[in-house]
Amino acid sequence: MSVHEQLKQVIESNEVVLFMKGTPDFPQCGFSGRTAQILQACDTRFASVDVLADDAVRQGIKDYSNWPTVPQLYVRGEFIGGCDIMTQLYESGELQKILKPETAPN
Amino acid sequence: MPTPEDIQGWIQAGLPRAEVRVAGDGRHFEAVIVDDGFAGQSLLARHQMVYDALGARMKADIHALSMQTLTPDEHRARGA
Repeated sequence: MSVHEQLKQVIESNEVVLFMKGTPDFPQCGFSGRTAQILQACDTRFASVDVLADDAVRQGIKDYSNWPTVPQLYVRGEFIGGCDIMTQLYESGELQKILKPETAPN
Repeated sequence: MPTPEDIQGWIQAGLPRAEVRVAGDGRHFEAVIVDDGFAGQSLLARHQMVYDALGARMKADIHALSMQTLTPDEHRARGA
């Protein structure tokens, strides 16, 4: 199975997936740490993938989304963005709606 | 290592009508980009436009780029 297919499977079999450097408990980069904190602040269960554990994943995920950096967030198979966008969406309350559409006040 | 002026030039070259301001310390950079081409675009699409302008340089030289991508109206509304 190609890296692309592996990534597709992980992304489509988890509602919320965060590709990051390190793990939520031991992030290896400030931006990765911040994105994990944001998801925890949103009280969201999420799968995390440590791109440092596999160079093919680290490069593959950038090609998969045509986005040059990690961390990267995917929700229900859709690429949401990196740390910058997650922070802006979180501050505007938009991220909470994306993560939990059914409970978001409208 | 790139300077803020380098990055400003690269973005400007890719988004010729944009107003671009960049600050940074050599590894982490903040950019404010004002372009009417952002109108009607999602945050993700706007950032993608800037990354496309930066092209391969983004992968090699820039560790972290934080962006404010605004239309002229949004920029005025923020009084920035």
